[in-house]
Amino acid sequence: MYPRAFDYLRPATKEEALEILAERGDEVKILAGGQSLIPMMKLRFASPPTLMDINRIPGLDAIEEVNGHVRVQALVRHNDIVGSDLISQRNGAMASAAPWIADPIIRNLGTMCGSIAHHDPEGDWASVLLAVGGEVVVESRDGGERVVPASQFLVDMFATDCQPTEMVTEIRVPTYDQGGGDYQKLERKVGDYATVGAATHLELDGAGAISKAGVALTSVYHHNLEVTAAAEVLVGNQPSDELFAEAGRIARDACEPVDDVRGSAAYKREVVRVFVERGLAASLAQAQSAAQ
Amino acid sequence: MKVTVTINGAEQTADIEPRMLLVDFIRTTLGLTGTHIGCDTTSCGVCTVLVDGTPVKSCTVFGVQVDDRSVTTVEGLKQNGQLHPIQEAFKEAHGLQCGYCTPAMMLVGSHLIEHNPQPSDEDVRWAISGNLCRCTGYMNIVDAIQLAAEKAGAATEA
Repeated sequence: MYPRAFDYLRPATKEEALEILAERGDEVKILAGGQSLIPMMKLRFASPPTLMDINRIPGLDAIEEVNGHVRVQALVRHNDIVGSDLISQRNGAMASAAPWIADPIIRNLGTMCGSIAHHDPEGDWASVLLAVGGEVVVESRDGGERVVPASQFLVDMFATDCQPTEMVTEIRVPTYDQGGGDYQKLERKVGDYATVGAATHLELDGAGAISKAGVALTSVYHHNLEVTAAAEVLVGNQPSDELFAEAGRIARDACEPVDDVRGSAAYKREVVRVFVERGLAASLAQAQSAAQ
Repeated sequence: MKVTVTINGAEQTADIEPRMLLVDFIRTTLGLTGTHIGCDTTSCGVCTVLVDGTPVKSCTVFGVQVDDRSVTTVEGLKQNGQLHPIQEAFKEAHGLQCGYCTPAMMLVGSHLIEHNPQPSDEDVRWAISGNLCRCTGYMNIVDAIQLAAEKAGAATEA
C-alpha cells in the first residue's frame, strides 16, 4: 500500500515549523512517530499534500517536572515513558498505561503528543489524560502558546481543538503529594485496541479522604469517556471497597459499548465495573504507600 | 529527494520519492532482501530493522526519514565472516521453521541482549511481543534468544 505523493518538509527548528504551519497549515500534517499517521496515509484515509517531519527539531524530547506539573514534549516516545523514573514516581496512571500502548516496536517511535493530537477514539492515552486532569499545550507563530485542558482539547473522534496553524508541543500532567493512579486494559493480543480500558486517579488529603479523583474509559463509547459522576461520588469521602464498587457501577451505567468482535456490550459493561473497582483499589494502594 | 544512509556500516546515497517506504527503500533501492514484508499494516513485525540501533517497523517509516541515520538489517549481523551470536543461537536452538519472521526476530533479539544481558523468559516474550511467528509457537525462539545472551556473555568474558 502506498500513500498519495506529498511534499516532504523537515524543519530544523520549532520556529521554522510554526512558520510553515502559519503559511500553509491547512495542507500540512505533522509527522512525529507516524505510527498512526503513516498507516492512515497508506490506506489513503489521510492524504496530506505536505508532510512536515519534526523529528530533527532539537529540544522537543524532554520529560521533566516544572512548576507543579510533569511535562512530556512532542518527541517523547511511548517507550521513553515506560522507562521514566520521574513518571513512575509522579504519575501512577501514566506509568501504568505506557507499557500497554501498542507493541514494543511501535512504542519506540510513537509519541504521546502525537497520539493525543490524532485522537483515535479507542486510544489509551486520552483516557489517562482525562482521568488525571492533564492539559495540552499548542503553539503557533501568531498565537503563541495556548494551554487547553484535555477535556476541552479532545473534541470528538479524530477531532481536537488543535488548529491548522498550531502544533501540539507538550502535554502537562499535574503532580501530587499523596496520590496514585492506574490503567487497566483488556486486549485480545499485544498491539490490539482495548476491548475495555479504564484509567483511574486518586488524591488524598491529610485526613486520608479523597480530595481529587478521575475515572475515564476506553473503547466503550464513541470516544474516550470521562465519567465525572464517578469522580463526584468519590471526592470528599473516605476510600472504601463499597465506595469503589459504587463508582464502578456508575461507570458501568455511563458507558455505551457496542457488540463487536472483541465482545458483547453486556460483557464490556461488566468489565468496566470490575476494572474501575480494581483500578481505584490500585490507585489507593499507591496513594497510601506514597503517604508513608 | 536525495537520501544518504549508513546501511550495515556502509554509506549509500540514493534519490527517492518521499512516499517510498523504508522497507522498499531497503529491498528495492538498496537490494537487501533479507528484510521481509508481511502484513504491511504495522502488525506482524517481520519488516523490523534497527535505526540508530533501535527496532522499528520499516513498513511504517518513510525512506527519507533515515537520511543521515544508520540502519542495520539482518545482512549486517554477521561481522568479519563471523555469525552474530544470535545467528549461531537460532541455528543451534532451532529457533526457526519457515524463516519468514527470523530476520526480524534476530534483530529484536540482538537489541534485547545488548540492553539486557540475561533476559528472563518473560523479558524475551515481552520484547518479541510485537513480532508474529506462525510456525514455532515461540518456544524455540525464546530459547534461542536466551542462548544468544549466554553466548554473547561468554564472548565478552573471554
